[in-house]
Amino acid sequence: MTGRVLEVTDLTKRFGGFVALDTVNLHVNENERFGLIGPNGSGKTTMINCVSGALFNNEGTVVFEGEDITRMPAFKRAQLGIARSFQIPKPFKSMSVLENLRVPLEYAAWGRTGHRHIDEQAMEILELIGFADRAHDNSAGLTQVDMRKLELARALAAKPKLLVSDEAMAGLSSAEVDEILDILFKLNERGVAVIMIEHIMRAVMRFCERIVVLDAGKKIAEGLPDEIVRNPDVERAYLGE
Amino acid sequence: MKISPFWIITVLILIGGYLFAEWAENQFLFFAGYVVLQSLIMAVAWNILGGFTGYVNFGSAGFFAVGAYTAIALHQFLEAPLIVLIIIAGVVCGLIGLGTGYLTLRLRGVYFAIATLAMAIVFESLITNWEYVGGSTGAYVITPTEVAFFDSYIEMLFVLMLFLALVSVAVSRYLSISRIGQGLAAIRDDETAAECMGVPTLRLKLISTTVMGAMMGVCGAPFPFFVTYINPLSAFDLLIAVNSIAMPMIGGTAVWFGPVIGALLLGTIQQIITVTVSSELNILIVGVVLVLFVALAPRGIVGLVQDVMKKRRGK
Ligand SMILES: Nc1ncnc2c1ncn2[C@@H]1O[C@H](COP(=O)(O)OP(=O)(O)OP(=O)(O)O)[C@@H](O)[C@H]1O
Ligand SMILES: [Mg+2]
Repeated sequence: MTGRVLEVTDLTKRFGGFVALDTVNLHVNENERFGLIGPNGSGKTTMINCVSGALFNNEGTVVFEGEDITRMPAFKRAQLGIARSFQIPKPFKSMSVLENLRVPLEYAAWGRTGHRHIDEQAMEILELIGFADRAHDNSAGLTQVDMRKLELARALAAKPKLLVSDEAMAGLSSAEVDEILDILFKLNERGVAVIMIEHIMRAVMRFCERIVVLDAGKKIAEGLPDEIVRNPDVERAYLGE
Repeated sequence: MKISPFWIITVLILIGGYLFAEWAENQFLFFAGYVVLQSLIMAVAWNILGGFTGYVNFGSAGFFAVGAYTAIALHQFLEAPLIVLIIIAGVVCGLIGLGTGYLTLRLRGVYFAIATLAMAIVFESLITNWEYVGGSTGAYVITPTEVAFFDSYIEMLFVLMLFLALVSVAVSRYLSISRIGQGLAAIRDDETAAECMGVPTLRLKLISTTVMGAMMGVCGAPFPFFVTYINPLSAFDLLIAVNSIAMPMIGGTAVWFGPVIGALLLGTIQQIITVTVSSELNILIVGVVLVLFVALAPRGIVGLVQDVMKKRRGK
């Protein structure tokens, strides 16, 4: 289907007897700024794991740019152009910040972008994130907040067509949130579709063109940001009965 | 074309080794040198899977024994020259490495370490019950008394081992500094993140187990000709197995020259102790040194030196 980068159909994911995602449908349009929200434990990260290939779904299909990738291993999806940040940072701890970015540049983006000037490309991304002065720091010694920035920088280094940011802004100051939003806007202007998972509603409302809400593994709402805030089901999910 | 200093040094060491062998009279030096080089190759091989890739394991040395016994079996069967035996042993052990990789790589941490140990035990009992290669009584190898270009057989073995060691170090260095090395390091640090950053983790891990197996096999093939009598006990010797883990850990597992430093240092010390005190003491000393390093300097000698240099630069 043209116009859609990602199309998830009837996706179900179970952990043992527990149903984490229950026949969820969602799609992301080309170059869209898409929001995926929901209370804690509603299945957002699990959805991203199934999209990126970190986990395989039990039922349903995942289609990326018209290609069925449901059974495709994660590294191939990354090479196709799906990149993600991890909610719980997973830096390559033995490496410097710069070396962390070398990995996606040398693997995920390798077939699609030039093989040359890897370090220059990495530095460009670090400058974009405002992280250039930390390039040679050991990634294991970063603060939690800096590790989140590294997560985002590393995902950018994969040169994604679809970027998934899983709570990249948690713990950041209001000014830093705006910085990250600017980066994501810039990236989006260059044609990258973005899935934003975030609890900071201000950021979601400012950034997203369309939002899907998950609650207890089910999709309970979908629409424009304005519609979502006024949706009584969403309010109930967040505030409880 | 620019030739890197590494290759110049490698060739110089090989030539130097040959000239040394021609010049030196004391045969003990060749025996001692052979043992050190053998542990060096094993340390380098272990480090590819255990260090670069982060799959710490206790079974790698089993491939050394399989290499030795592949050579024995082929030697009985077709009397092929040693170099052919080495190549075949390398291929056989590489394939077994690939196969065991498929079977065990889904496990991580302690479970992987135990599975590889179990695998080594399976190999040992298979060989112990294989009468063709001597079973539990072992097998004798008669080595020729004269060899071309060398004064004695042991001299030839020493230079051969030096050559194999240099090749192993070159392979390990390539794996470490190339794009593959970056991928292996990513796997070691975080496999899920590596996979999501486009690293084909399964393929790289299989390369790692295959190269490790092949290198161990190559190292084991000349062993029967060195000791001239081999039995399962000597091929699966505990000190050999412990050394292959201890040397990289002591030298430093993250870089290619870590196991080289560890092996040269620990290997030489062990030879000195064997002569001056007793060989029984070695296993105790390795154990103590290993524990000290794991507890106090987990990044080995290389890590210690790096820390010191960083502090100096900081001041
Ligand atoms: N690997 C796993 N094994 C078992 N249960 C899991 C696993 N991963 C997630 N779950 C469960 O699935 C449910 C959804 O988790 P998920 O992490 O997707 O939620 P989330 O929407 O990302 O929440 P948060 O906002 O806290 O990040 C939770 O109940 C969680 O405990
Ligand atoms: Mg989550």
